[in-house]
Amino acid sequence: MTQVERQRWDVVVVGAGGAGLRAATEAREQGARTAVICKSLFGKAHTVMAEGGIAAAMGNANEHDGWEVHFRDTMRGGKFLNQWRMAELHAQEAPDRVWELETWGALFDRTADGRISQRNFGGHEYPRLAHVGDRTGLELIRTLQQKIVALQQEDFRESGDYEAGLKVFQECTVTRIVKDAAGRVAGVFCYERESGRFFVIEASAVVIATGGIGKSFKVTSNSWEYTGDGHALALLAGAPLLNMEFVQFHPTGMVWPPSVKGILVTESVRGDGGVLRNSEGKRFMFDYIPDVFKEKYAESEAEGDRWYDDPENNRRPPELLPRDEVARAINAEVKAGRGSPHGGVFLDVSTRMPAEVIRRRLPSMYHQFKELADVDITAEAMEVGPTCHYVMGGIAVDSDSAAARGVPGLYAAGEVAGGMHGSNRLGGNSLSDLLVFGRRAGLHAAQYAAGLGERPVLDEVQVDAAAAEALRPFSAEGPTPGEAEEGRPPENPYTLHQELQQAMNDLVGIIRREPEMEQALKKLADLRVRARRAGVEGHRQFNPGWHLALDLRNMLLVSECIARAALERTESRGGHTREDWPEMDRQWRHANLLCRLADPTGGLAATDPVRGQIRLEREETEPIRPDLLALFEKEELVKYLSEEELGS
Amino acid sequence: MSSYEAGFRVWRGDIEGGGLEDFKVEVNDGEVVLDIIHRLQATQAPDLAVRWNCKAGKCGSCSAEINGRPRLLCMTRMSVFSREETITVTPLRAFPVIRDLVTDVGFNYTKAREVPAFVPPRELGPGEYRMTQADVDRSQEFRKCIECFLCQDTCHVVRDHEENKAAFAGPRFLMRIAELDMHPLDAAEAEGLDRGTTAQDEHGLGYCNITKCCTEVCPEGIRITDNALIPLKERAADRKYDPLVWLGNTIRRRGR
Repeated sequence: MTQVERQRWDVVVVGAGGAGLRAATEAREQGARTAVICKSLFGKAHTVMAEGGIAAAMGNANEHDGWEVHFRDTMRGGKFLNQWRMAELHAQEAPDRVWELETWGALFDRTADGRISQRNFGGHEYPRLAHVGDRTGLELIRTLQQKIVALQQEDFRESGDYEAGLKVFQECTVTRIVKDAAGRVAGVFCYERESGRFFVIEASAVVIATGGIGKSFKVTSNSWEYTGDGHALALLAGAPLLNMEFVQFHPTGMVWPPSVKGILVTESVRGDGGVLRNSEGKRFMFDYIPDVFKEKYAESEAEGDRWYDDPENNRRPPELLPRDEVARAINAEVKAGRGSPHGGVFLDVSTRMPAEVIRRRLPSMYHQFKELADVDITAEAMEVGPTCHYVMGGIAVDSDSAAARGVPGLYAAGEVAGGMHGSNRLGGNSLSDLLVFGRRAGLHAAQYAAGLGERPVLDEVQVDAAAAEALRPFSAEGPTPGEAEEGRPPENPYTLHQELQQAMNDLVGIIRREPEMEQALKKLADLRVRARRAGVEGHRQFNPGWHLALDLRNMLLVSECIARAALERTESRGGHTREDWPEMDRQWRHANLLCRLADPTGGLAATDPVRGQIRLEREETEPIRPDLLALFEKEELVKYLSEEELGS
Repeated sequence: MSSYEAGFRVWRGDIEGGGLEDFKVEVNDGEVVLDIIHRLQATQAPDLAVRWNCKAGKCGSCSAEINGRPRLLCMTRMSVFSREETITVTPLRAFPVIRDLVTDVGFNYTKAREVPAFVPPRELGPGEYRMTQADVDRSQEFRKCIECFLCQDTCHVVRDHEENKAAFAGPRFLMRIAELDMHPLDAAEAEGLDRGTTAQDEHGLGYCNITKCCTEVCPEGIRITDNALIPLKERAADRKYDPLVWLGNTIRRRGR
């Protein structure tokens, strides 16, 4: 039995972004002793990078808004592949989750009558995003962080210990979910970055809230932490991932200089009036309105421009189409030779708004371009292009309880959970998602933990295996028993990571082709074999080379899920575009692709290059409830649904 | 695109001690100091410890000192230095080093816990909050803070005076008190908590002698001294020395 420190908590939340912190506050308020494992410092999570706002149909800016409208927009944005019950709960509960933040001290921008201001965003019929300038994510994370502190202050007043009921483990990483003999969640295996020390937390319920996978791609808006940890933890624990082929490429990332390529340029730039132009000065988006959206978008620049002041009598400009449409359009313009000097297109607010309005409404963007690119966005256009931003796919969960399938005690919320956004997420729906389902996951995890008679007992074999796995990079040099690799030098984890990012970017990126994805799978197999020899120098104390070597396992697993599922889905839908299958296929509307570990008993049977680690499974989606279908016009539904689905 | 080789001097070591190590490293157009640190990790020093997350100036993780000045590594462009200059990168000086460029910033989390949280007004439920933009502007400026702790690092009250740390919250958390004090709906006062006075009595506002070092290093351009600390000092002074305010407070407390 491995001698590592043990602690006991009721619920462990893995991840301290918006979803994790919301889950943790809920679990603690339900009475569960709750531990939060935070890969970075507390308050630094990727959520801080969300800029535009939180989508919630509060109706402050347009009284016609309501949950039904928000639900419709979400389903359209996801091309009807959404787990509809999640989209329903999300639209219904988002306003309460936003208002609740105000009672915890959040300060949103205001309307003239003192309510929360709401702004326009792509795919949302009405102005719907509660926001704070263009730093909404920061406001969200700080508010939740301060709520956690407030709860700790309560505990301190009662017990003299700030961490009696709710503790944040900063700069710690979970490498394995540990189960009991019956296959239920029993705890997590972690290491502490500062010391490199291992520890185990015994807990009856685990909420995974680790965010996304963007660090598997070269050009990404995602931060260091986004290495698909939670996706991999769930897979390794035996829970399936859902629809991993759907990866959102945000249409507007910075493209120049190279060192900032991929950094996000908020959609608010377009929501507030910014326009996209090609090298000929043309507003090209008017040429890219797909049939399913024809009736909802302006036909001329004049109409689009009028819409900002008179939305009742005009339609929105096509710059505000859902993100997948805009990203593909930019990609096509650049490919056709009408791009900007550095391979993007032009995004312009300078000719659309006075300089002081730009500085007030888009302060971070003004700052970011000024500091990092020497571009004054009040005087000239920005150059932008698509950047890997978000994964719609994720852990398959029960809509109401956020419980992962097949592993009792495991829950997931936020970006790491799949289903909610279907094939494409609307801007603003991420922050609301993590509040709505973060709360639900925390609630149900706490109830589950309280309802278990006895605490599950850790399987010590799994603890030993986790410790051995985490230490392997330190002994990577020399031959591995049973393998004919004698004397080969260890691999540099940084090099492996760069090769992985390049391969995913080039071969499983925004536009996909069968031979390239097959090539990607071969490359992943090669990297997987080499990653077993990823070695590190130095010792365990705050060693980034070691951390990366461990994260590689997760990135390789997730990348294989994306590549396999993308190869399997022979259609184009949302965040999955096949050059060889360019049409959306209604028969694929009711198909989910599940990824499972091919050999759950073998742990990491990674060295078999052909077979790979992931097995795909196709399942029928649950039919959409009739009263929800009735919220749409029949003419619209026929564009998405097959005859059988419409007939029922 | 032009590239050149730059001289870098990076502090390496841990709590036991350490020193500056020299590197020669490639620099390309448009790069920031963090890019160079990453290149060192990838090519010469894989275990070089550095904190970073977003690389976009939004998370406040990659704080360090560049040529002795507290800065974010991700927002410091190489073009501000001459090609001949050797660039020295050291960990934040006011906090204990853990390893290389990583320091123990736990001081800040301790101080954060000592500031009483927002007190919601009892009479208002969720969705009933009404505030004008003009009234939230002031606190919103302070909420732009990304908690990089550069102001905490540079503040001379604690920079070379470990002994002051216990009694002094530092600019970031005095600003947090100002933020709550200026929140239009914070009900602390109704619950018997005077934030202005506690800033003085419990969080060490009196140590601040408004040299504005904090404002100078703030990557968000928050006017910490002018907009948060000085008004907070004025409030505290009013409360302490105005006999009418004192009387009013005393009577109200008695009535509760």
